[in-house]
Amino acid sequence: MATHHSRSAARLMMAPAVVLLLGWMLVPLTMTLYFSFKKYLPLRGGDLGWVGFDNYVRFVSSSAFWPSVMTTLTIVGGVLLITIIFGVLLAILLNQPMWGQGFVRILVIAPFFVMPTVSALVWKNMFMDPNYGLLAHLWEFFGAQPVEWLSQASLTSIVMIVSWQWLPFATLILLTAIQSLDSEQLEAAEMDGAPALKRFAFITLPHLGRAITVVLLIQTIFLLSIFAEIFVTTGGAFGTKTLTYLIFQRVLESQNVGLGSAGGVYAIILANIVAIFLMRIVGKNLDK
Amino acid sequence: MARAITQQRKVINTAAAWAVGLLIFFPILWTILTSFKTEAQAIADPPIFLGFDWTLENYTAVLERSNYGRFLWNSIIIAGGSTFLGILIAVPAAWSMAFVPSKRTKDILLWMLSTKMLPAVGVLYPIYLICIQFGILDSKIALVFILMLINLPIIVWMLYTYFKEIPAEILEAARMDGASLKEEVLYVLTPMAIPGIASTILLNVILAWNEAFWTLNLTAAKAAPLTAFIASYSSPEGLFYAKLSAASTMAIAPILILGWFSQKQLVSGLTFGAVK
Repeated sequence: MATHHSRSAARLMMAPAVVLLLGWMLVPLTMTLYFSFKKYLPLRGGDLGWVGFDNYVRFVSSSAFWPSVMTTLTIVGGVLLITIIFGVLLAILLNQPMWGQGFVRILVIAPFFVMPTVSALVWKNMFMDPNYGLLAHLWEFFGAQPVEWLSQASLTSIVMIVSWQWLPFATLILLTAIQSLDSEQLEAAEMDGAPALKRFAFITLPHLGRAITVVLLIQTIFLLSIFAEIFVTTGGAFGTKTLTYLIFQRVLESQNVGLGSAGGVYAIILANIVAIFLMRIVGKNLDK
Repeated sequence: MARAITQQRKVINTAAAWAVGLLIFFPILWTILTSFKTEAQAIADPPIFLGFDWTLENYTAVLERSNYGRFLWNSIIIAGGSTFLGILIAVPAAWSMAFVPSKRTKDILLWMLSTKMLPAVGVLYPIYLICIQFGILDSKIALVFILMLINLPIIVWMLYTYFKEIPAEILEAARMDGASLKEEVLYVLTPMAIPGIASTILLNVILAWNEAFWTLNLTAAKAAPLTAFIASYSSPEGLFYAKLSAASTMAIAPILILGWFSQKQLVSGLTFGAVK
């Protein structure tokens, strides 16, 4: 069907997108690599020459490095775990017969539309503030000592805020998947006397596999680079410095571009490790 | 008997789902309510839920404190511009991938998505330098281009998924009936592709509207959109909960309303066709 003519036309139509993305990837990447081998302090002398792998060694041996990698992985892992577990439960609940399902969907999806700076500020001040926050009132109501969320339980707080933002997405994708589940199969299993938990484990959950993969992939892409939620809440203090935030501080706050660029290369490597792993799963899933 | 049980179950389901829905929505509801309180009522102990004197003074205060109109305008231009440009580039690409697929189509798609994983912070300084070089730091043009590029993979993917669902038989039938290529594109393909393009546009506008890395790091006074407008409230000045709430409501209202109208299309598009 596809003639030689239409093939070259197709290539031409694809060219702008491919060229632009290639440029977007290669130009800054090359520059980052270039800076990472230099001592480069824009405000204190500028380009101070080549230093080999010095920046790489210094970035890793800084006491902030490993904690920042751990923080990043904790946030990504924590949010994924919470959103997927609660997403599955919520999707099952929303799939039951009820009145006003459309309205509940509207309520549940709303946080997805709230910009990160707004949700972080609202949570920080109006909910997690130890004096005036609603959570403090709630704790006091039950006679407990209010928690200083963002300093005492900082990582938990960030995970909570980000989970709130991403739960709608996970829920709605899983709900879409659950709605396509053949209900006859479930009824047959019920008639045969399979208990609810078994029906869930052997019918519902396997059916959701693909949807969970999609949630995993898309959320990881966005979660690896969360920035605003930390920028406006703790500013990287109290053990919430992610790799992204650490590099941001090196480049913009201490204006050490060489060191920051080496950190950037590490971030790219970390992202690629995750990416290769995810692409495998998704690539396989898309073949089906 | 069986009917009574299902009816009862429906009541329980409804109650549970509404409770959870309201709980998830509560932070937004609380923000909207607080925006109509006075500052003193906003921090009242115990908190006042509905029985307060509704006032618009916070909205007036926010409008006086900062130029909301300019931030809003910047957001509209940046989100709209990057989406428009992205669609312009992505439609032909997705089109050719869906209708003239080659062996490498899937590899190209996966590669495109992998560029999305490039951590923004890793290339922050180079982009910063490039912007200075071209004199476009703190300009809408720079952000239109950057947001277009970071969302391009998602746009191509979504469009590709939608286009692939258009059955090839219809095109053949049109061709058999003697439709020229132009007629085929104009009268057969375009009408079928429009719903997909529309939901792609919506999702992209939402993503661009809420993007908060590049918009915070590459703008200052001139080109700052609503994400930066809100970030300026991160250092409190005295009593500010009600004003913060008013500003927040003003920043999220446009996109919240847009999102609610299009939630169904959004979800199906975001799964890249992998979930039906």
